[in-house]
Amino acid sequence: MTDNRFVNRSELIGILLLAVFLVVILPLCLDVFRLNLVAKYLTYAFVALGLVICWGYGGILSLGQGVFFGLGGYCMAMFLKLEASSVENTKIQSTPGIPDFMDWNQITSLPLFWKPFHSLSFTIAAVILVPGIFALIIGAAMFKRRVGGTYFAIITQAVAAILTILIVGQQGYTGGINGMTDLRTLKGWDIRPDHAKIVLYFFEVGCLFVCIFIAQFIRHSKLGRILVAMRDKEDRVRFSGYSVANFKIFAFCVAAIFAAIGGAMFALNVGFMSPSFVGIVPSIEMVIYTAVGGRLSILGAVYGTLLVNFAKTSLSESFPELWLFGLGGLFIAVVLAFPNGLAGIWGDYVHPRIDRLINSSKPKSGDGWTDSSVADGAPAE
Amino acid sequence: MFGDYSIGDLGSIFVMQGFAGLILFSVYVLMALGLAIIFGQMGVINMAHGEFMILGAYVTWMTSNLFQSYLPGLFGGYFFLAMILAFFASGALGMLVEWALIRHLYKRPLDTLLATWGLSLILQQAYRSIFGAREVGVELPQWMLGSLRVTESIEVPINGAFVMALTLLITMAVAYIMYKSRWGRQVRAVVQNRIMAGAVGINTEKVDRYTFGLGCGIAGVAGSAFTMIGSTGPTSGQLYIVDTFLVVVFGGAASLIGTIASAFSISQTQSTLEFFMSGSMAKVLTLLAVVGILMLRPQGLFALKVRK
Amino acid sequence: MSDEINKGLQSAFRRKLLMGMAAIPALTMLPRPSFAQAPATSAINTTGLAVTDTEVTVGILHSATGTMAISETGSIEAEKLAIEQINAAGGVLGRKIKFIQEDGASDWPTFAEKAKKLLVNDKVAAIMGCWTSASRKAVLPVVEQYNGMLYYPTFYEGLEQSKNVIYTGQEATQQILAGLNWIAKEKGAKSFFFVGSDYIWPRTSNKIARKHVENVLKGKVVGEEYYPLGNTQFNSVINKIKLTKPDVIFTDVVGGSNVAFYKQLKAAGIDLSKQALLTISVTEDEIDGIGGENIAGAYACMKYFESLDNPNNKAFVPAFQKMWGAKTVIGDVTQAAYLGPWLWKLTVEKAGSFDVDKIATASPGVEFKGAPEGYVRIHENHHLWSKTRVGRAKLDGQFELIYETADLVEPDPFPKGYQ
Repeated sequence: MTDNRFVNRSELIGILLLAVFLVVILPLCLDVFRLNLVAKYLTYAFVALGLVICWGYGGILSLGQGVFFGLGGYCMAMFLKLEASSVENTKIQSTPGIPDFMDWNQITSLPLFWKPFHSLSFTIAAVILVPGIFALIIGAAMFKRRVGGTYFAIITQAVAAILTILIVGQQGYTGGINGMTDLRTLKGWDIRPDHAKIVLYFFEVGCLFVCIFIAQFIRHSKLGRILVAMRDKEDRVRFSGYSVANFKIFAFCVAAIFAAIGGAMFALNVGFMSPSFVGIVPSIEMVIYTAVGGRLSILGAVYGTLLVNFAKTSLSESFPELWLFGLGGLFIAVVLAFPNGLAGIWGDYVHPRIDRLINSSKPKSGDGWTDSSVADGAPAE
Repeated sequence: MFGDYSIGDLGSIFVMQGFAGLILFSVYVLMALGLAIIFGQMGVINMAHGEFMILGAYVTWMTSNLFQSYLPGLFGGYFFLAMILAFFASGALGMLVEWALIRHLYKRPLDTLLATWGLSLILQQAYRSIFGAREVGVELPQWMLGSLRVTESIEVPINGAFVMALTLLITMAVAYIMYKSRWGRQVRAVVQNRIMAGAVGINTEKVDRYTFGLGCGIAGVAGSAFTMIGSTGPTSGQLYIVDTFLVVVFGGAASLIGTIASAFSISQTQSTLEFFMSGSMAKVLTLLAVVGILMLRPQGLFALKVRK
Repeated sequence: MSDEINKGLQSAFRRKLLMGMAAIPALTMLPRPSFAQAPATSAINTTGLAVTDTEVTVGILHSATGTMAISETGSIEAEKLAIEQINAAGGVLGRKIKFIQEDGASDWPTFAEKAKKLLVNDKVAAIMGCWTSASRKAVLPVVEQYNGMLYYPTFYEGLEQSKNVIYTGQEATQQILAGLNWIAKEKGAKSFFFVGSDYIWPRTSNKIARKHVENVLKGKVVGEEYYPLGNTQFNSVINKIKLTKPDVIFTDVVGGSNVAFYKQLKAAGIDLSKQALLTISVTEDEIDGIGGENIAGAYACMKYFESLDNPNNKAFVPAFQKMWGAKTVIGDVTQAAYLGPWLWKLTVEKAGSFDVDKIATASPGVEFKGAPEGYVRIHENHHLWSKTRVGRAKLDGQFELIYETADLVEPDPFPKGYQ
């Protein structure tokens, strides 16, 4: 691990393979409808990616990533909703020019905090900053006081519950339980027809790779190594003079921002946003994507997300009853039997054999998209 | 808002509201007690706690059906038997789960959280497949319905009083078991120093299993009691989890007193706030206050000196 | 599911083949399906829907899993019954109805996704589906974009109207106003206390009810309270009710909260045979969970009760229970869901086509005389003209009909003066 470049050769191959899979193979094989589904799944991959940094490397399990996913998504949705609520689109309302749900709730002018969302650049900044600052506040409050482990998990869960009740309760400002629906255009460009879906898909994949590279960079920088050290022996890192809290806060904020980008992508690709992505249940489901992919594997997070969601869609189509058993079993299996998920299976079983098959003479060249620290079983918490 | 009411009205309302707070308090204690024992003992957060409660509720429902069909004469007393059955059913399931799942994960508390979440999904679907997706209505014996009229305007719901009495009883029983009995001393020894406890001959595995069983059994009794005031359906358990966890965490781990104090403060805050604003906002403010205080005092109200 | 898709593909292929054959007279000696009574597919399906010479495919889109499964199961059952009955009676334009059932899983984007699948991949001719407002709001842009036809069964808050949706349940004013008028007149009620779950339907309904109470009935609303969905503690609001002593408690609490609310109301000593309570959210389905003894005496205001005494209902209830079990209860929404496939069939036959545009235009004026609730007719705004009824809950979980409007009530999704 003396390599200081942020991506080594075998990782580059892994990333290229993923790129080929997402950019070439999937668009060629799937119709637009299925491709749009993949786009929806990939929005969760952003969250899973963030969790790799914060949970896999930092050892911080957040059960409230839905909060950040939701904040990012709502910021984007507010912009799109304002654009969809132009005066001529909403002339049947008693107050034209405001979103329909406000009109139904007797709000007669646009609330102050909505106004800046007329601007796309403000919106993009908000998608990143609002969840980032929120995570900073939570993180600073918790980690400076050395709260961790299950306590942190429970508190993030409570935050998710609070935000859900708040969004549902303040329906005049947020659209309530129905969320913000019927988002139509982005700067006048219709996001609903097929060709727009394809463009959005590639845009999303592009963003995903930017995030993957950022994650790679963090992992291979000194920062990433401190995170791992901290996860394994927090006190030693502290005694070595590092501010453990600051590193944790950083990891948590990165995870929050990734989740928020995912949320914004969700609003764009799916065309609506609702509080059902903010709550506890979706937040915990997002953790399973990371766990299935392998909590230490950046690329595994993407594959894990895709796999679980494909399974969900196909199983729930044909055997809706089996699906919950399957999902529940997956949680247990991934914890008991495969703590390193797909990446662990790949690194332990598949990759060595492929290596041996291809050439038995050359020395082993690394371990694909798994991390070498996986090798010795489950990470300690 | 008080202008229109007489002093007498207001007085009785304060009494009633206080009583509502006490009922909520009992509910919280019942929900959290089992979880607190498990969390205190093993540092395990059991996300399937709500589903263990619902198992107790379903057992109660089945018992009431049995009594209706075969022993209609004794229907008035079925509830007591149902609670005992609920305790053993949930406790047995809990011990099974500990043996099959939890004991492999003691060193990884966060993973237990995920595994028990998986378990809760499986149990929910199992309830749905067995009992149907619809809620079941548990019929109560006649004497549990209605209220006791104390004065002209103060009325005490009988089932509320029953829940309070039950809470008191169970809390005392748990306190006795934990602090007076031989087994309780073993439990506390294991909590304080697992290795030493093992070295002096305590079978720590067995202690763990029975503790987990006890915690789940209490959840079952709680579920049984909740059929009097709430709904019983496959997903009803999920309604309780956040509140329950917060009560436990707010109270501080491993502290029975802490759990009770935290349940008391949360319930009184919430029921007082509910009187002045809508239920939704009261809930949000209560949760916010709890989270805020936890950020300032992360170890909870009462805590052993343990730091991660 | 892949089976269904395969069948769809096969039939699409066969359709092309058939159309090709029709163009070549020399080949007509080959065996082909009988066109004796049924019109040619090409004539009645110009937009490529999944219609063959013998079959037409519709979608059923409800939650079979998740928290909403409790409520939506009844709708699924009713729709399947209606489809079976229609098929037994010869189908639609000579074609049997085949359905593809999708699970919305109580998750709104899943609803949107599955609606899109039904319309784009399966090319269904109509969708019977959705239950919550949130799922409908999620599906609405999809059916509008891909020009589908949705039959939506739930009573809902109104404020919506679409070419692509037929609302077979009542909108808020239709459901509420008649009930309030009745209780004001019958009980001389002047003061009302509103309790609801905190989301759009109860809030909108209460808003309409408040305007009606204050402006029309000249009464007073002494309290309006909302609790989060799934809340199980109502003692505080019950105390407020005791303090304000309203003539009528008006409730739109939904789901599991209902059970807690009525049990605690009863425990608090509020006797529903003396204290008038009018609910718009409790059907026979909910009473199953609440327990008849906890709610007996309460008034419910909606368009259908299982106990309705008319020939249609006398046939409908046994048919339903024969198919789904003798203990199954039938609530208002279940009945409204049953109307969906029938109304669609009648509309298709009126339009003489499966094309969505023609159905949308033909819908106004379509009447269904076999409705279990009596008689319904589709209004220009795609809602139903229907009667509103008040029933009183009995110990056995059924409602006893107390009052019904003399005439059909006009649906008014954008009520003037109530917004």
